Amino acid sequence: MENSVLIKTVELVKVYPMGRQSIVALNRVSLTFRKGEFAGIVGPSGSGKTTLLNIIGSLDVPTEGSAEVLGEKVENLSPKRAAELRNRHIGFIFQTFNLLPVYTVYENVEFPLLLQGMSSAERKKAVMDSLEWVHLADRAKSKPHQLSGGESQRVAIARAVVKRPEIILADEPTANLDAENSHHILHTMEDLNRELRITFVFSTHDYKVMQHLRRKISLVDGKVAKEEIIETQPREERL
Amino acid sequence: MTILRLAVRNLLGGGMKSWLNAVVLSIAFVAIIWTQGLYQGMDNQVSRAIIDAAVGGGQYWMETYDPFDPFTLQDAHLKLTGKLDKLVKSGKATPVLIIQGTIYPGGRIQSVILKGIDPEQKLLSFPSSFLKNLDREIPALIGRRMAQTTGLKTGDAVTVRWRDAHGTFDARDLRIVQVMSTSVQTIDAGQIWVPLRKLQEMASMPNEATLVITEKNFGQAEKVPGWTFRDLNFLLKDIQDFIKSKTIGASIFYSFLLFLAMLAIFNTQVLSIFRRRKEIGTLMALGLPRGKVIELFTVEGALQAILAALVGAVYGIPLLAYFVAKGWPVPSGMADSFGFALSEKLFPTYSAGLVVGTTILVLIITTIVSFLPTRKIAKLKPTDALRGRLP
Repeated sequence: MENSVLIKTVELVKVYPMGRQSIVALNRVSLTFRKGEFAGIVGPSGSGKTTLLNIIGSLDVPTEGSAEVLGEKVENLSPKRAAELRNRHIGFIFQTFNLLPVYTVYENVEFPLLLQGMSSAERKKAVMDSLEWVHLADRAKSKPHQLSGGESQRVAIARAVVKRPEIILADEPTANLDAENSHHILHTMEDLNRELRITFVFSTHDYKVMQHLRRKISLVDGKVAKEEIIETQPREERL
Repeated sequence: MTILRLAVRNLLGGGMKSWLNAVVLSIAFVAIIWTQGLYQGMDNQVSRAIIDAAVGGGQYWMETYDPFDPFTLQDAHLKLTGKLDKLVKSGKATPVLIIQGTIYPGGRIQSVILKGIDPEQKLLSFPSSFLKNLDREIPALIGRRMAQTTGLKTGDAVTVRWRDAHGTFDARDLRIVQVMSTSVQTIDAGQIWVPLRKLQEMASMPNEATLVITEKNFGQAEKVPGWTFRDLNFLLKDIQDFIKSKTIGASIFYSFLLFLAMLAIFNTQVLSIFRRRKEIGTLMALGLPRGKVIELFTVEGALQAILAALVGAVYGIPLLAYFVAKGWPVPSGMADSFGFALSEKLFPTYSAGLVVGTTILVLIITTIVSFLPTRKIAKLKPTDALRGRLP
């Protein structure tokens, strides 16, 4: 189970119709991600990074090929089952944080657990544990508009982690953050990866993120151009 | 339950926007209930006034009597015998004789209906006791509207000419002993009331009547040969039909109000879905199925109506209670121009049915209106929503 395959894509193709023409966002992408990986899909804008993450996250379906996530084929999932998979097993971190604006920090983090029907006491413990992880327990009652960018992204991480998912998909998580906050966020995610064995898959073209990755997959024009396993450097060296 | 909780959070989190919508919708709530209550009160008030002052518990009409055909009056009189005579003598009914006449106020000629009523009657809240004065002159009672159209006032004498049962014309002077103020036109406009016996004597119709008014809550009417019993449904039909037609007018007004409020809700929902499309995408990414997102937005709209009902209750209940207690003064000039006479003050009636019915109606309509724009969400792909796109 330690190194079991959580995500497997086979000859994945995604084509977006654009009027009479069509754009090929993914062109026969075959990849596997194992439990506990801290991997990143890198490449320039329009290379298909987000599309790949969306399909893995069951937010979208492939035009051709297959994407198997936690043993379930994404292309065969009903919308309801896909929603359940996302709610229980996949966490998302977005570039623009995507916090629910009228909810407090606590309520934002609590949201996925509410959908799972967890009891109030269990929810409270899980939410506070997650907020402790990201050092925001004291901001539980704040609203998103009262938070800085770094704090907002940490809340988004807490929301992704609170349900203890197998996979966290992070789409350009540092794009709206300064260098210091980016490193804080990445350290937090590294800690979560190491201690909770959560698999992280990033999409990024941020050099700061690339420094932290242990596996780097380069996408160019929807194709896997290069794959590398990176020896991890001590934290202080990267800083 | 989760959707309800989330909808409550969203609604309360909406802050000023939610409250503004609630206030607008609450105005529609209160205005609809106020208007409908006013018409319901008017219906009750007018019906009660007519029953009290004119129709009692129903009337026996001489068979050929038709109030809309003056030519029937010549022969519409019959002796009171048997059951009717007993009813009258026991005080459970009072007879009225009606004949046609002509008066000459200020040198003009004017047709009138002469009505004879027992000055001692107690069945109707009608000031017939003023007719007790039986000196040499014939005492006469007229209503305010009749006084206005003829220019007559208390103490004036007016000559009246009539034709008796034998076809002979005669004329006498009447003395106006009282101008009564009544909201019931059927005992006022074009009519002069005189003592029954005097009219029977003038018309050579001893112990005869055109109709017999029974006491209020008169039970099952027995058949009396030569007479037809007219119950309250028949006697009040015209006025109730008229009020109904007015109520339809009011309904158009309140439908318009409701339409405006619903437009506000619809607009808010459309804007909300447009503005919150990224939030919708996030909700889907976090695992809320599309159907539940639609449910969430619909419940939010319905909750908006509940919040509006609560806001409306805060200022509406004291406001409506005030009008119930103090009445709504009918603007001068409107009392008679309404199509039927209104009293100076209208006392609205708010039944539980009206309040609950209106609330449920508005809730249902709001929920439907809230649901309609959410159909867009059904076509929305999570990836498009996250990018802030709409289908």
